[in-house]
Amino acid sequence: MKNDRDIIGRRALLRGATLGGSALILSGCDALNESDMFRSALRTAETLNQVAHRSLMDRAALAPEFPASDISPVFKTNGSLTGTSDEYLAHVGNKFADWTLRIDGMVANPMNVSLETLRAMPSRTQITRHDCVEGWSAIAKWQGTPLRLLLQQAGLSARAKYIVFHCADSYGAQPYYESIDLIDAFHPQTILAWGMNGEMLPVKYGAPVRLRVERQLGYKQAKYVMRIEATDDLTKFHGGKGGYWEDVGDYEWYAGI
Amino acid sequence: MAENLVQRHKATTRIWHWLNAIALTVLLMSGLMIFNAHPRLYWGEYGSREDRAWLEIDDTRTTGFVKIGSTTLETTGVLGLSLGADDKVRRVAFPGWATIPTRYNLGAARRWHFAFAWLFALALTGFMAASLLNGHIRQHLHIRKAEWAVGNIWRDIKNHARLRFDAHNAGTYNILQKFSYVGVIFLLLPLMIFTGLAMSPAMNAALPWLHDIFAGRQSARSIHFICAALLSIFVLVHLVMVFLSGPINGIRSMVTGNVRQASQRDSTGVES
Repeated sequence: MKNDRDIIGRRALLRGATLGGSALILSGCDALNESDMFRSALRTAETLNQVAHRSLMDRAALAPEFPASDISPVFKTNGSLTGTSDEYLAHVGNKFADWTLRIDGMVANPMNVSLETLRAMPSRTQITRHDCVEGWSAIAKWQGTPLRLLLQQAGLSARAKYIVFHCADSYGAQPYYESIDLIDAFHPQTILAWGMNGEMLPVKYGAPVRLRVERQLGYKQAKYVMRIEATDDLTKFHGGKGGYWEDVGDYEWYAGI
Repeated sequence: MAENLVQRHKATTRIWHWLNAIALTVLLMSGLMIFNAHPRLYWGEYGSREDRAWLEIDDTRTTGFVKIGSTTLETTGVLGLSLGADDKVRRVAFPGWATIPTRYNLGAARRWHFAFAWLFALALTGFMAASLLNGHIRQHLHIRKAEWAVGNIWRDIKNHARLRFDAHNAGTYNILQKFSYVGVIFLLLPLMIFTGLAMSPAMNAALPWLHDIFAGRQSARSIHFICAALLSIFVLVHLVMVFLSGPINGIRSMVTGNVRQASQRDSTGVES
């Protein structure tokens, strides 16, 4: 610890001047931040954001799309750079020839869809901006199968409220997963992308398919999607908040901001 | 000479002033924590580690620095690299004493930021509507033709330079006050709201013109940061002015609404 002080040296003393005023605000805010009541009050505002967005916005309003000249020269990689399950690694070795996407849960016809079948279905191509919760953005061209076509084929139950995406990547023992509501699931730009910038989706960007849900932040764009499950209750999955970062990082489930 | 109390600030102005002071403090400090998640700024639609930033705050493990364009300023101890309350080096852009929460927590900082953004936006809208109806804008903020005269502006600059603030208690704002208050209320504060909304991917779908007018999401983020810096400078100057022009009277007037005047005549000799 003495070392650390030496590294920074005397200039660190500068902080003393400002410390007095802000310490009072900060210790108060940090205490509030630990208070369950205050956190749930802040959460009310989060719900307000979702309600405001959902009620003011046309359900089918499209996220901006860009000309090819706006595509990021290098699309930043982030999160997992590969799936981690043995099953996934075997599929990579086999170039996803035997890979199938499982669609089940609250659907009339649970099914397995091969990558070949997926690519033969009607697809949508869109050049959109990926916005990370951290603040950076990158633009790429995505090609994929509209999620609504798959949900219609599987016969989504009228009681289903959410679509859960189970992924092949994990952080330690925790598998990645995400979920969206049906407004976003049926949105025209919500696709299971298998193509990126005119090529097959590379492994580091989520091969063989990743979710694109263009009106929300990056952590909702699940990579390495293996299984899609329709449900009416998010609390029964993992930490119960509807997604890996929602469970672990306390991020908002509705990531429209 | 008899002392008399003169009403200076309307109730709506006072209520808004303090709500806004709380909201801006929390928004700035939680905003700095959010900025710490990616302390780089860009122009245009996209921008990430892979692209050129016009501003970045980073560290070399032993020094902290701010880089603006091609100019690098060493800021060890404050920006880029600082000591935490536990005396450990923290490699963060803005130091813990300036952020809410103190420790890195993007989820919590966003929740604080978006909750107090509602307070900020609703209070500002309410204040603007009330000020339009109760005459505050017309009586106190509206800049009259004569006030635009170069001579008037120059006289006011000289008054400020000589720290002569007699006119501050006269119940009217001088031209430099009007410039700064009008600039803050009608330009900087609304810009904070609109650039903030322009960063939301959902709002981009709902109101595509919003990120178009700022020429892209990353430009909107840069303008958001620049306006926050300008507002911080305004607050500092504002506090210095309150201190120099009589802090007791100034604070009393923003709490009770009244100022105490030593004379019935103000510095220009006009009956008040």
